[in-house]
Amino acid sequence: MLDNLEILVQAPVITVDLVLNGLLVGAIFALAAYGMALVWGVMNIINIAQGEFVMLGGYVAIVMVGYGLHPLLAVPAAAILLFCLGWVLYYSVIFRVVDRDLFISILATFGISIVLQQLMNTVFGGDVQIADAKLGTVFLFDGFVSLAQVKLLAFSLAAILGAILIVFLKRSRLGQAIRATAQNARAARVLGIDTNRVYAATYGLNAALCGACGALVAMAYTIHPYIGLPYTVRSFMIVVVAGLGNIGGVIFAGLSLGAAENIAGFVFGAQYQLAFVFLLLVAVLVWRNWRLARKREYLK
Amino acid sequence: MNNGAARLIGYLALLAAGLAAPFLFPAYQSQMAELWLFIVFALTWDLIGGQMGYNSFGNVVFLGVGMYACALTQVGLFYDVSLYNQARGGGATIFTFDWQQYLEGLAVGLPVGAALAAVTAAFLGSLVLGMRGQYFAICTLGLGIAAGEIANGWEWIGAGSGMVPPNAPDAIGNLARFYYYFAMALAVLTFLVLRHLYATHFGLAINAIRDDEDKAESMGLRTTRIKVTAWIISAFFLGIAGGIMGNLKRFIDPVDTAFAGPTFGVWMVLMAILGGKGTLWGPVIGAIVFQVFKEVSWTYLLGWQRVALGLLIVLIVVFFPQGIMGFLRERFPERFGHRVESDSPVALSRERAG
Repeated sequence: MLDNLEILVQAPVITVDLVLNGLLVGAIFALAAYGMALVWGVMNIINIAQGEFVMLGGYVAIVMVGYGLHPLLAVPAAAILLFCLGWVLYYSVIFRVVDRDLFISILATFGISIVLQQLMNTVFGGDVQIADAKLGTVFLFDGFVSLAQVKLLAFSLAAILGAILIVFLKRSRLGQAIRATAQNARAARVLGIDTNRVYAATYGLNAALCGACGALVAMAYTIHPYIGLPYTVRSFMIVVVAGLGNIGGVIFAGLSLGAAENIAGFVFGAQYQLAFVFLLLVAVLVWRNWRLARKREYLK
Repeated sequence: MNNGAARLIGYLALLAAGLAAPFLFPAYQSQMAELWLFIVFALTWDLIGGQMGYNSFGNVVFLGVGMYACALTQVGLFYDVSLYNQARGGGATIFTFDWQQYLEGLAVGLPVGAALAAVTAAFLGSLVLGMRGQYFAICTLGLGIAAGEIANGWEWIGAGSGMVPPNAPDAIGNLARFYYYFAMALAVLTFLVLRHLYATHFGLAINAIRDDEDKAESMGLRTTRIKVTAWIISAFFLGIAGGIMGNLKRFIDPVDTAFAGPTFGVWMVLMAILGGKGTLWGPVIGAIVFQVFKEVSWTYLLGWQRVALGLLIVLIVVFFPQGIMGFLRERFPERFGHRVESDSPVALSRERAG
């Protein structure tokens, strides 16, 4: 462990490699986290099935590549399919838990996540899969830093998707209705907004966003049925650090998480990378709460 | 015959049935032993989640700590642990335990597991029990999985290949029956301790925390200390249950048995909610219903059990969150000592129905 730290200090170029690759994956974390913040802010639901939507999007890409299509086509396809899934899930389960105790919705979405994850495990098996986009690698610093082109592509697509979403929320009628509902659901209802449909659209939008993320993940990284929970936890952590409705914060936190995770994976060894993510979540929550406790407040 | 005597006879009858069960249904001994452990899971979860209102997904940490600590103590008393784990039941050296060593290992291992789980609860509790509601729930979810990942990478305790608890010598006889009585004794003990606890000042205090923590604090309750104490009690019994579970299953997988968040960790919550959160008998009933359902449906679902289980969670949480006891209490309030005013909604709705 200390040896690895020494390597990082002595060969800064490796650090650069880790950080750059981390930033690339961080964009995807940020996008998924933005979806979670949207659902959380508008519907007051913490969606534990977030990561499973990412995983499902990945499998859409896998299936499409299996049919000989280019994985890039999977990004819009996954978004559309997942939007429908989100819509259906809202009208079958989520609408019953929207106004209830937060723990009920956490447990209900946790149940959904188990169903989706086990379903994929039964259908596709537990193996690690990848949707190969057949792109090369970019080398920087005399070949010491290697960036796969597909990761760069995923990064730029994630950025574009994020920008589209922000413009959509600001400009379109539905986006304005979503923001109005987030501010005050009752007033929105009084003004004639069908909040139930807004909730369904929000949940579907979040699922679509995660689906697109998942297609990018399957293209640039790997996918298997159990990657969901780490993505959920990352999203949650990013939202807790950034706060609801803080786009800049989400981007910053997402990118830093990607970089930090990569460095931790190198220093502690890859088998502890996931443990690092979960412990970081605990550490972030404890730290936030400790800061608040000094003013006799707590996380709300 | 008065109420108290009837209740005592009821308890004794249940106890007798429990004692006789392994002889009546010898084919289901290990499932029944598991059931007693599930009752402990649900009872200890309900102490935190139901009575105190702190919904934890991380109680499985204490289960895993107890499981590993017990098995490691059982081995460590007589052999070198890292050699034992490298051998993985085979290899050059053969590790045998005679019945004295085996019992001695258990006699030391179970308390060590319980103590270590309690210490873990004290440490983690002082860190995370300041959080409220959903933050606590997700933080404990993270804790449970982090613990599993760490155990998965730790070579000394067998890492991802898991660990095999000591082989029982022949003198122990039927292993499932042996541990059935351990599990039953633990479940009865846990039940009695919690029953006593809920009748004391402490029980009132944790209920006050559930109902309104800010008010409880302003009334002078040392809420954080009470919460940590409750978690320690919960962890203590779960630690023992872990030790028994490890020996009963004969194999400890870091992610699938010890720190099994998606199975045991969620089942605890499910059983308590199914039976009725915040009641004494609810978790017991929930555990029985759940275990019977699980064992009966398992063979018919071939590969789809986990999917069915996820669906079950969604269905119970969305449509039946009050649980069996909650449902009965709504239906027959008089039997639970609630007086029903004749113009109350409950009485009116029943008048209309009847």
